[in-house]
Amino acid sequence: MDIVSRGFSGRRGPADAKLPPGQYLTTDFPVLSAGPTPHVPLDKWEFTINEGLDVLRRWDWKSFRELPTETFTADLHCVTRWSKLGTYWEGVSLDTMFADVKTDASYALVHSYGDYTTNLPLEDLMDKRAWIAFRFDDDDLAPEHGGPARLLVPHLYLWKSAKWVRGITLTDEDEPGFWESLGYHIYGDPWREQRYSGDE
Amino acid sequence: MWRVGTVIALHDETATARTISLEVPDWPGHVAGQHVDLRLTASDGYSAVRSYSIASAQNSEHRVEITVERLPSGEVSPYLTQQVAVGDRLELRGPIGGWFVWRSQQDEAVQLIAGGSGIVPLMAMIRSRASAGSTAPFRLLYSVREPTAVFYRDELRMLSDKDQSLRVTYAFTRTAPKDWPRPPSRVDAALITEATWPLNLSPSCYVCGPTPFVESVTNFLTASGNNRDKIRTERFGPTGERK
Repeated sequence: MDIVSRGFSGRRGPADAKLPPGQYLTTDFPVLSAGPTPHVPLDKWEFTINEGLDVLRRWDWKSFRELPTETFTADLHCVTRWSKLGTYWEGVSLDTMFADVKTDASYALVHSYGDYTTNLPLEDLMDKRAWIAFRFDDDDLAPEHGGPARLLVPHLYLWKSAKWVRGITLTDEDEPGFWESLGYHIYGDPWREQRYSGDE
Repeated sequence: MWRVGTVIALHDETATARTISLEVPDWPGHVAGQHVDLRLTASDGYSAVRSYSIASAQNSEHRVEITVERLPSGEVSPYLTQQVAVGDRLELRGPIGGWFVWRSQQDEAVQLIAGGSGIVPLMAMIRSRASAGSTAPFRLLYSVREPTAVFYRDELRMLSDKDQSLRVTYAFTRTAPKDWPRPPSRVDAALITEATWPLNLSPSCYVCGPTPFVESVTNFLTASGNNRDKIRTERFGPTGERK
């Protein structure tokens, strides 16, 4: 029941072909956060992989930065409809961080400084699809973009790429995180346009 | 699901911003602070969708108002601010969002801080408070480039004149009215202290505006002792400081 908007022609570029449905291209890097930006000192920073109280792995900034890193480019797709292509990052692959982790869990609940959470299937963090990133465009990651370190899982909408990450809790059930409890999709695949709860 | 709204009124807030009132027969109602997705479709089927904050009060049934600021290089906002006419039908989806919202059952002190067109969802809160007969103490600090860029000026004056518990403070950043006590400048720590609720009221703070504005205001709020758990933000646009 599309209604044609009288006199609207829109603007289309060849780049649109690479965009998921309903997205538009931006060269800015907009910021969306639900509250104040946390400023986390590096000497207080830590990251854990845990099963609740049971901590499986723990890093402070120094030991985290001793892990092998990768540089990668990623296309970012925000549920608010902007996409930014070819962004350049450095980070540690989650494959590296999970190398010695044995778990029967199927899901991950990602926690941030500032109490943000987001959930996803554990398998979406594996196979070179997710990183804990700490540099963007050859600069240390700015606090408003999630510094000192953020999750990047670019094949899902960007709200899954939690800023200011502090840990991952492994769970048997898929527990809704912050936005997932507020009307956004439990999984969030941009290519299937899974924006809001109820989207197929 | 996409709903169809009919444009029933247009009102220019400023030279570049327009309020569009839509009649949406199957509108389920909304809460102040929520937004809608609005879809334009060209005759060949190409479509573009953007999100806009709802400006109207929560109990205005079947009626949704948005205020759109024209972005010079925008794809959708020039159409909405210059071409849409009364009687046109627009597709929208929503309401969306459950975080940056004020509900009329809330009775604590509320601090609203707007930068530019960030006033829109905060105006929905002020209108919802008025239409619900709420007496929750509200303060609005509204940072705006110049007097001619103010949205909803007369309504804000009318509402705050007749209501002791709603106070509006303007901060002009580029041009202030003649005899304005504060020279044009950005919101700073001193103005935050002067214009916002004292900490002992533990106000709920809603900050909406361009990203650098929200970053700076929330840093002032937390530095002056506001509980970060009481600060909700909505940012738009680029960060500004990157080259």
